[in-house]
Amino acid sequence: MGFACFKRLVRNKHMHMTASDVAYNGKVEGDVVVTRADAVINWIRQHSVWPMPMGLACCAIELMASAASRYDISRFGMEVMRFSPRQSDCMIVAGTVTYKMAEVVRRIYDQMGDPKWVVAMGACASTGGMYRSYSVMQGVDNIVPVDVYVSGCPPRPEALLDAMMKLQDKIGNESSVRNLRKTSAGAVK
Amino acid sequence: MIDEDFTKSLLQKHSYLTQQDSVDWVTFECVPEKLLSFVESLRDTEGFEILVDLTAIDHGEGADFRYSTVIHLYSLVQRGYLRIHSTCTDNDKPEMPSVSSIYPAANWHERETFDMFGIHFSDHPNLKRILMWDEYPHFPLRKDFPLAGIDTPLPADDVVEVTQASVEPAPMMGGPFVSSNSGSMSDSEPRAKDESWTEKKEKPV
Repeated sequence: MGFACFKRLVRNKHMHMTASDVAYNGKVEGDVVVTRADAVINWIRQHSVWPMPMGLACCAIELMASAASRYDISRFGMEVMRFSPRQSDCMIVAGTVTYKMAEVVRRIYDQMGDPKWVVAMGACASTGGMYRSYSVMQGVDNIVPVDVYVSGCPPRPEALLDAMMKLQDKIGNESSVRNLRKTSAGAVK
Repeated sequence: MIDEDFTKSLLQKHSYLTQQDSVDWVTFECVPEKLLSFVESLRDTEGFEILVDLTAIDHGEGADFRYSTVIHLYSLVQRGYLRIHSTCTDNDKPEMPSVSSIYPAANWHERETFDMFGIHFSDHPNLKRILMWDEYPHFPLRKDFPLAGIDTPLPADDVVEVTQASVEPAPMMGGPFVSSNSGSMSDSEPRAKDESWTEKKEKPV
């Protein structure tokens, strides 16, 4: 039921977008769109992910490739990579997280505004990868909550795009309104 | 050119030097007290302008002199390398004079050697850890340090409070990357080695 309405919203949105005026079109007055707040909020969030490239090793090269024209992450509405945590909501941890860097990764995560998501890109960020060593954290999920893990060493850009689409699906299923209430009440950090 | 004559003339000029066997470049053993003057004379009179590398060796817990440092110099005039090996006399607090006043390139090399082996370079302008964080209590490239690492708290207290994270020994079992490439399969498999999961040898606490 909710999904059908959501579909209608999308369709209507496109109708408006094809019209010459972006503002409210008086000719369709009375065409009331019924939907759920969650669906609208998630739809907006889903298609405007602002990634923060936490490039720590060679995975960052593939991350850059996925942003370039051949793989073109902007097809999914998330090409605006910001190097400031204040301006982004999805941290892509691309590379080896050493214990020395772990503190920095966590601080940058803390500085990102809610709601925020984390993608662990590649074997190192997911599990420590080939670095079974005294200096490498065995998976970034030791310090930040990870939403999507990407396998590969390094993953190809397609794999990252797939992960980002998975993240979009995940965002689409969140209970945003309930989370919003919880956060404003201070119950959930 | 670095030939026998050159080596002999150096040995004559510096009586404290002894030549060591080496398969590639000429190698001298130099006592730590004379290291600075020897290296300076190499730079100023013999044309060894470039410090290529500075590192250390841990000869193991049983050795009489456990730690020694190795300096590689290159001369664009002589077109060759020279290796200088010096032994630290104290095993508990290994010390070596810093050559960073002669070769500024040695500055970070010596910091790395201090970080990994715990060798103190006297008169170094800024001897602190370069790879591990300042509070890290161990020296990872020493022979008695396990590759997997040792339980250690992380430096940032507030981050530790939120995440409960700490430095934990890395799992070694069954990984595709940790195995030697010689010997029979049953010996070279990661699980066959004396590693963190089969601790036969005692590791430092």
